[in-house]
Amino acid sequence: MSFISIEQEANYLEHKGKFSGLLGWIFSTDHKRIGLLYLYSMAAMFLVGASLGLAMRFELLAPGKTVMDAQAYNATFTLHGVIMIFMVVIPGLPAVFGNFFLPIMIGAKDVAFPRLNLLSWWFYVLGVLLVISALLFGPGTPDTGWTFYAPYSFRTGTNLLPAIFGAFVLGFSSILTGLNFLVTIHRLRCPGMKWSKMPLFVWTLYATAWIQLLATPVVGITLVLVALERLFMVGIFDPALGGDPILYQHLFWIYSHPAVYVMILPALGIISEIIPTFSQKHIFGYKAIIASTMAIAFVGYLVWGHHMFTAGMSGTAQYYFSLLTFLVAIPSAIKVFNWISTMYKGSINIQTPFLWAVSFIFVFMIGGLSGLVVGSLAANVYVHDTYFVVAHFHYIVFGGTGFAFLGAMHYWFPKMFGRMYDKAWANIGWLIFFIGFLALYSPMFYLGMQGMPRRYYDYLEEFHGGNIIATIGSWVLITGFIIILANLITSARKGEKVGKNPWNSKTLEWTVPSPPPLENFDEIPVLEEKDGPYNYD
Amino acid sequence: MEHVKQIAHEHYDPEASKIGMWLFIFTELLLFGVLFVIYSVYRYLNHGAFELAAEELDPFIGAVNTVILLISSMTIAMSTTSLQKRNRNFTLLLTGTTFVLGVVFLVNKYFEWSGKFDHGIFPGSEYLINNFSQGEILFFGLYFIMTGLHALHIIIGLTLIGIVIWRVSTGTINADRPVLLENTGLYWHLVDIIWIFLFPLFYLII
Repeated sequence: MSFISIEQEANYLEHKGKFSGLLGWIFSTDHKRIGLLYLYSMAAMFLVGASLGLAMRFELLAPGKTVMDAQAYNATFTLHGVIMIFMVVIPGLPAVFGNFFLPIMIGAKDVAFPRLNLLSWWFYVLGVLLVISALLFGPGTPDTGWTFYAPYSFRTGTNLLPAIFGAFVLGFSSILTGLNFLVTIHRLRCPGMKWSKMPLFVWTLYATAWIQLLATPVVGITLVLVALERLFMVGIFDPALGGDPILYQHLFWIYSHPAVYVMILPALGIISEIIPTFSQKHIFGYKAIIASTMAIAFVGYLVWGHHMFTAGMSGTAQYYFSLLTFLVAIPSAIKVFNWISTMYKGSINIQTPFLWAVSFIFVFMIGGLSGLVVGSLAANVYVHDTYFVVAHFHYIVFGGTGFAFLGAMHYWFPKMFGRMYDKAWANIGWLIFFIGFLALYSPMFYLGMQGMPRRYYDYLEEFHGGNIIATIGSWVLITGFIIILANLITSARKGEKVGKNPWNSKTLEWTVPSPPPLENFDEIPVLEEKDGPYNYD
Repeated sequence: MEHVKQIAHEHYDPEASKIGMWLFIFTELLLFGVLFVIYSVYRYLNHGAFELAAEELDPFIGAVNTVILLISSMTIAMSTTSLQKRNRNFTLLLTGTTFVLGVVFLVNKYFEWSGKFDHGIFPGSEYLINNFSQGEILFFGLYFIMTGLHALHIIIGLTLIGIVIWRVSTGTINADRPVLLENTGLYWHLVDIIWIFLFPLFYLII
């Protein structure tokens, strides 16, 4: 494999296409530029969502009204949820790192449908604008929570329709991305890239794409039904007209539980890339990790009922959902064992991405084990709708997906921008962020066990201590995040230039120049029998 | 510009387009699948009311529309073969027939719906809420949602067929690049098969 000729070519950042400037980005069908478009738009939305989260934590600094009243608080947690779930963590890893690295990792020049890929981003922007319009115009910001539960979602006087349609359009964007990735993986793998030689991140994207494709339509039509209920009183979820609100909850979670695996599976894939690279050792149990990925994706479809244990459900159904929920723990644990075994006797190189990966394993295990608590029937009745649940899913969704995102950012940053960040500041940022994270969410487990309910702007005096720690934690966390962000932004312009393979990794994206040229490879690579994504000697 | 064209050609992969279309059809099946699930649940809970409400619908118009859609599926399937045999005019005739049949279906649907509206049967109407049981209200709610969503798919299908007709006549769809016609055909068959389930569920089971 020779890449000498291509080094003179302009890389994807400098390439001049049909349009220049901003137009050259928003009309570009290059998967790398689209990945960065997603990255920037998602970073903007993350900052909005994080500000709302900080505002909520500030309100909860003391009992009673601190800065906002009940209605404002309801609107804040609704927007925080809608933005973080639908605009940041669900599209997050596949849309940014999947778009950027999936084609390069399988030795392709682009995804299967580049124009559809750009269209997906446009749908994403449209969905974001629709949701934002619900905030700026009309009679009040939505206050239903991100779940849009019936019947309140069609009774509330707030401006819910744009938010619902926005979520629908975002779902469409997600479906098209999934479809694109599935076809890409099936059709565009380079010669010799057998299924058994695909990098694990690609495998997790494959499983994720199936979930995006097969679960998202369910929530799409369910949201349409809520909109029709608001507009025309069709009666499907309205108990006054014979409909059943519990049916809404079922349909909503049939999507939204698998969506949790859309968030976490690519994160597991990223960790499976980072750990072998910084242990300089073949991943332990490659096939077991693939099997557990597919098992999580499959079983994840069948456990939605565990969100509804207290909503009214037959005992038989409860046992079934609880049992299946426990089954998800097995493949998740297999992955953790494999990562630890990969590190065992490896030559470990402690760099920033590795720190993120190790802290990911730590928070993922706490999040996962607390999931068993909420998944067991008796304990669930006790902690349902308390801060214990809030702590659990922030440990998984923010601790899991968020840590993996930042890990991936520090792992692939040199490839994306051709420059290295300041490693010392990156590590300091990680440490402050990690401490802030633990301080922010750990007290919530305790508060939940004490009985503090979620979604209230007020609480009893006995919960005061834990809330103070959590709010201070939120300030520490955001300080860490600002350090990380500032370091990455300045390094993208001024960092030290790096070569093809700063981490000495074995996957294909490290064989092309940093940043990669427009079409990645001047000739499609051919894998031989001895080549493999984790073949370190 | 020349460079861009060359890339576009390199990326042309009819097999990928077909896989993509099949995957998209999966999502459509799930979209309607949810509605079929809701229908089953409410039919199970309101058995008598659903039978009573179904008598308001005219199986004759439903049957006519079923025949129209079946014929249109046949014509678009024939147009694919005709394109392979490089008979452009016959292809245009067949896709044109499909288009006309789709429009006729919509016209029938329009008269059927407006008939219901004239009788005061539509979601949210005072008449419906005061004179019908909850099960019947659900039946009509589902009837309008499912046939409405189906009609929306017919309109999308007609738009696609319109594009196909135009591109067959200009020659950008031809025997060597037939994928858009084939995928439109697949989509049209999907719309057809959904109707094949809607028809008995609403008109025939009494």
